[in-house]
Amino acid sequence: MSEPAVELRDVTKVFASTRGDVTEEVYAVQDMNLEIAQGEFFTLLGPSGCGKTTTLRLIAGFERPTRGEIFIQGRPMSKVPPNLRPVNTVFQNYALFPHLNVARNVGFGLEVRRVSRSERERRVHEALEMVQLAEMSNRKPSQLSGGQQQRVALARALVNQPAVLLLDEPLGALDLKLRKAMQIELKQLQAQVGITFIYVTHDQEEALTMSDRIAVMNKGRVLQVGDPVTLYERPASHFVADFIGESNFFRGVVEAVSGQVVELRVGGARVQATASDSPPSPGQEALFAIRPEKMRLAVSEEDLGLHGTIQEVIYIGTDTRYIVSVEAQPPVAVRVQNGCGIAPQEYRRGEAVQLFWLPEDAHLLAD
Amino acid sequence: MEHPKRLLALIGPPGVYLTLFFLLPLGIMAVFSFRAGTIGEARNVFTLEHYRQFIANTAYHRLLWRSSLIAFGIASISTLLAYPLAYFLAFQAGERKLTLMTLIIIPTWTSYLLRVFAWKLILGTNGLLNTFLLSLGIIDRASPILLYSRNAVMVTLVYVWVPFVALPIFAALERIDRSLLEAAADLGCKPWQSFLRVTLPLSAPGIIAGFFFCLIPTLGEYVTPLLVGGGQGAMYGNLIQDQFVRALNWSMGSVMSLAMLLAVIVLLALFSRMGSFSKLLEL
Ligand SMILES: Nc1ncnc2c1ncn2[C@@H]1O[C@H](COP(=O)(O)OP(=O)(O)OP(=O)(O)O)[C@@H](O)[C@H]1O
Ligand SMILES: [Mg+2]
Repeated sequence: MSEPAVELRDVTKVFASTRGDVTEEVYAVQDMNLEIAQGEFFTLLGPSGCGKTTTLRLIAGFERPTRGEIFIQGRPMSKVPPNLRPVNTVFQNYALFPHLNVARNVGFGLEVRRVSRSERERRVHEALEMVQLAEMSNRKPSQLSGGQQQRVALARALVNQPAVLLLDEPLGALDLKLRKAMQIELKQLQAQVGITFIYVTHDQEEALTMSDRIAVMNKGRVLQVGDPVTLYERPASHFVADFIGESNFFRGVVEAVSGQVVELRVGGARVQATASDSPPSPGQEALFAIRPEKMRLAVSEEDLGLHGTIQEVIYIGTDTRYIVSVEAQPPVAVRVQNGCGIAPQEYRRGEAVQLFWLPEDAHLLAD
Repeated sequence: MEHPKRLLALIGPPGVYLTLFFLLPLGIMAVFSFRAGTIGEARNVFTLEHYRQFIANTAYHRLLWRSSLIAFGIASISTLLAYPLAYFLAFQAGERKLTLMTLIIIPTWTSYLLRVFAWKLILGTNGLLNTFLLSLGIIDRASPILLYSRNAVMVTLVYVWVPFVALPIFAALERIDRSLLEAAADLGCKPWQSFLRVTLPLSAPGIIAGFFFCLIPTLGEYVTPLLVGGGQGAMYGNLIQDQFVRALNWSMGSVMSLAMLLAVIVLLALFSRMGSFSKLLEL
């Protein structure tokens, strides 16, 4: 099917919060347009308060959009209450029913939909097997660990075979190790069941690990949608370059443009960067970003690029991190892998070095 | 070790309180139940005579049974009325809920007697209700049966108890995580299904607490029946009061009180036997 599993068309959600006499309008989600394909693992990524939960709640039907329309499998959802939408949610706090045991929690949706007892028992058992909790079916949620509760919440949603599964930071409460293990498990599970996942997280690493595509959000808006490689290798804005991974930012004046490659003057040096869409014209100021691992250091008589001084040498096993101070720029981070034939601490503190990079690894940013 | 000390500090005051105002009087009552008489020489003679009398007198049993039924009815009606009230406050009243809760509690700050008397004014022969019904032409003669009847006792006691029953229910409803209701809707529940499957079972501890909160004191109630109940509305508590105050037969009064205590214990045991009680309170 080519029809998107979920589509958001110009969706805006405004909350009016009244404090005393002052009514303040909060744009939790603003002019959001998204198309999420069938079977996709789609992630909403952004800092706290950017509107991720609100977006999920709009899709689940717990909130109504102020403007715009949401379609699930092509059907407009504006008049469909949450209980009739073909989606299920894994809540941020799991929201397991404390008065029901694990099996009845998982079977809740089937019971409500009057699925016959024998089929219900079979499917509940299957779902619990899938999350490896079959032996715990008689326990109450309070007798489970955080990770186990999370699996119950997952089984409770998946057992209904929804068209779309919404997951709101489902791993947020787990410790790092369990979190990493569950990330892989979840991803495998999604591939296995083939259900569209819309996954919310504020952890960029988690998003990169798991997603087919990611929408980076800030202040209620979607800034960029793309697969992990695109977002990391070709961030379109300062926010995305900064939020996903680490970036060095430089400001310069455009000197010459040839195709997508732009020549800029940064301080006294001439450097090159690549524009992703229409390049700026000469004379304009421009911002560009480079990943620390895409930069090289050298001591040379030739003029290679930016001149700087090693300010800090941090040895972190697989890599060495250099902090280089450059005139009229914030300190620059450079990451050098300790590979074959490279001395782990090639440069010393206070040493004068030059910084250079490939033009295609320096991205001109929109803002 | 510090623990035993701290434990003592924690259970000390309530322990002293319970001993002074519950166990001690109970012990005194138990002793009196065996005494042949309330005053004079008979005090020092111990006998099972009053127990025999109590067991032989079926009128006592009937009244205890009837009072239990009335108390059960009052507790049930109060709970049925208090639940929607508490539900409205917890789920619908929004920011005004604390104000509204206070409004409901405020009348209970006035004297209990005053509130019972107020009902006397409403239900009396020349009272508000009669006057109102007369003026509407629904009845053509002031009816005295509104007052001094079992119904008057029930109406008054339900009125007195509803706010107190509503409190624990309100507290239980407030404790329910709202995301559970969203989870229920997410899993396909219509609002009434969410209520039956999630809200109601999770508020059961509050319902049970409120119900017993009302049932147990009502069983021993004697002031309200005295004021608005008349002869027909008398309850078991009035009988006990008569033994102590009028007949000055403290021994018989003690036996009857102990019988009531036994009735309460049996009731509680029955409920906890029904399973859900203790299990629900564990939540
Ligand atoms: N019911 C509400 N009433 C008023 N404002 C709200 C409401 N719900 C959310 N908001 C506001 O909308 C914005 C987005 O909230 P949302 O919960 O969607 O953020 P989030 O991205 O999920 O953040 P987090 O990562 O912290 O969970 C916030 O500024 C929040 O204060
Ligand atoms: Mg959130």
